[in-house]
Amino acid sequence: MGSLTFKQGIHPEYNKELSNTKAFQKAKRPEQVIISLQQHIGAPCQPLVKKGDHVDMGEKIADSDSFVSAPIHASVSGTVKEIKTIQTPIGKSSQGIVIDADEEDTLAKGIASPGSLSDLSPDDIKKIIREAGIVGMGGAMFPTHVKLSIPEGKEVDHLILNGAECEPYLTVDHRMMIERPNDIIYGTKLLMKAISVSKAIIGIEENKPDAIKIMKKATANEDGIEIKELETKYPQGGEKMLIKALLDRTVPAGGLPLDIGVVVNNITTAVAVSDAVKKGVPLIERSVSVTGSGVNNPINLIYRIGTTIDKLIEEAGGLTEDASKVILGGPMTGFAQPSLDIATVKGTSGVLVLSKDEVADFNPQPCIKCARCVDVCPQYLMPVNLSKYAAKEMFDELEDYQVLNCIECGSCSFICPAKRPLMQYIKVGKNEVIAKKRNKS
Amino acid sequence: MMKEQLVVSSSPHIRSATTVRDIMWSVVVSLIPAVLAAVYFFGINAFLIVSVSIFGCLLTEFLFQKARGKEVTINDGSAVITGLLLALTLPPTASLWMVLVGSAVAIGLGKQVFGGLGYNPFNPALVGRAFLLAAYPVQMTNWMIDGVTTATPLNVIAESQYMTVEYWDLFIGNVAGSLGETSAFALLLGAAYLIYKGYISWRIPLGMLSSVFIVTYLFGGDPIFHLFAGGLMLGALYMATDMVTSPITKSGRWIFGFGAGIIVVIIRLWGGYPEGVLYSILLMNMTVPLLNRYTRPRSFGEGAK
Ligand code: SF4
Ligand code: SF4
Repeated sequence: MGSLTFKQGIHPEYNKELSNTKAFQKAKRPEQVIISLQQHIGAPCQPLVKKGDHVDMGEKIADSDSFVSAPIHASVSGTVKEIKTIQTPIGKSSQGIVIDADEEDTLAKGIASPGSLSDLSPDDIKKIIREAGIVGMGGAMFPTHVKLSIPEGKEVDHLILNGAECEPYLTVDHRMMIERPNDIIYGTKLLMKAISVSKAIIGIEENKPDAIKIMKKATANEDGIEIKELETKYPQGGEKMLIKALLDRTVPAGGLPLDIGVVVNNITTAVAVSDAVKKGVPLIERSVSVTGSGVNNPINLIYRIGTTIDKLIEEAGGLTEDASKVILGGPMTGFAQPSLDIATVKGTSGVLVLSKDEVADFNPQPCIKCARCVDVCPQYLMPVNLSKYAAKEMFDELEDYQVLNCIECGSCSFICPAKRPLMQYIKVGKNEVIAKKRNKS
Repeated sequence: MMKEQLVVSSSPHIRSATTVRDIMWSVVVSLIPAVLAAVYFFGINAFLIVSVSIFGCLLTEFLFQKARGKEVTINDGSAVITGLLLALTLPPTASLWMVLVGSAVAIGLGKQVFGGLGYNPFNPALVGRAFLLAAYPVQMTNWMIDGVTTATPLNVIAESQYMTVEYWDLFIGNVAGSLGETSAFALLLGAAYLIYKGYISWRIPLGMLSSVFIVTYLFGGDPIFHLFAGGLMLGALYMATDMVTSPITKSGRWIFGFGAGIIVVIIRLWGGYPEGVLYSILLMNMTVPLLNRYTRPRSFGEGAK
């Protein structure tokens, strides 16, 4: 019997060996951080500080009244230099708070452990998570306390922790499992308590045998927490794929994991939850892999949120001569950056630099109807049709062919021998269908 | 440490190494055993037919693309495949000018008039063969070898009901017929390689061959004989699986294969031709848009509650 998995999907080169044996190092304190007020999917925050204010490390500097949002904290101590429009890593613009760091790293007053697993109630835990500004750290950046708020009438019986880390190159979840297994488990228990479930499954792709071993050992005496091995396959870490593989349950199209009794969180999110409870520190730093053939010395780092990319690349020995593409996130879903002064956000788990010969310019050719895209789509869609309809703006057909069910994994574009930019078309088409629907209602 | 020229393009930032050209040339390579078998059984003539057919296809593709001011893509391997496949459907006695005409029709009418690679609804090699069969019926069914006119196994069956060939000869290819109608072994070898590489669908040939087997059996024919006789192997493994002209859904491929197989048997057992493979595939090619439309896979979670 092989390991658990979903149907279809792809097997890209994983290239994890560039950094998977590199223990986390703490990045140097940057002289300046630029903290975006749009750190997650949801409402942007409003600043609580103004130009010239002094802030302490861990001090809340922005918040929002909206439920689907999470506050933002200063990752250094220092002076607010300005509040201005900045470019975010996903190519949008937002407001950002620029802080000039002092040398002190003065911790904000009142940062202390708010309690422990046994004396915190589920609501306490959710509140701590919200106040700590924790969002999904696998890249999607959905506010975690929202995910943990189970609406009336929904029954949840499982917590799933995503340790698949199926994006090639990235190794932060892998290193977390090796270096901080006990914090992961503590975080898992807090999350379990927050949603009142007695069962948790941690799914790990089998290309991380050392992590699997350590996590198995760490959970040997834990009731209700199970480690399961997953086949190494992309996009194994997608929520729907993960749930299918681990519990053989299918998230209905247009639905959420909640609808079938599951809440999914990322390994690194569990560590952040553990830190928030054990030490009382909000989410002001996180882990990142700075890797790829375009940097001299691939590395795993703990960095302050708001550090610009160039600083992180410096820690990895700088760019190589032939570096030519800088991506925030993984190679399948990450965003290519136009410059190196873009500031990192809570979801930045990878800085991937590809060298010139890896950045082939893909010259799309006519589709030969080979159906490879259809054969790999984990959502059983027909990418060849979807991309055609999107290009011709045939919105009814797009909806008919379930474009809204696309998880934007990029598997179709990856596999196409004609190098057609399938997902790019589909994404645009999908957004237009969503916009049209919104206008109608 | 500013970098001047960063490439900014949309994700995914990595792509599989396989290109259209890789796939096409793999098909060409997989046909080498069949060509060698043809040359072994039919001699130098077979070699000349194959060469002229490939040459004709490349030349036609070149001329069309030049005339239309399009990029010339004769090295993508697809025209070579058409040339090879067309040659393999021709009798060893075919005259070379006829081969040239056939290859020009295959690429010209079968492919380029529709806009080139990827846009043609019918398999170009089959279009070429259908044309030759209509234009030169006598030459196309002249199975003379070494000055002696022989009947193909299917003619024999159609005319006399007696089995006069051994299964083994059929399998290996030591019988009269078109160049590639003969060695089932060589064709299976090549196709196995392509299936292993994931370049052709196994559902189509399996569907087609099994339906021929089953239906012939049900109607009292000799299923094994029908499997290895005529152009069935070549058609099922190489023509029906042509990706451009076959369905893109899994269930569509099954239906396509089964449908083609059933048509083959209908024509062979009750039709006016001894051989139905050509028409079975061309007919099924016509159903592909319909098949693709009505066999859309159910998307993940669709209809789930
Ligand atoms: S259509 Fe969407 S879900 Fe399917 S492979 Fe392409 S990007 Fe992934
Ligand atoms: S993978 Fe590319 S060439 Fe093949 S069917 Fe899909 S779009 Fe066409």
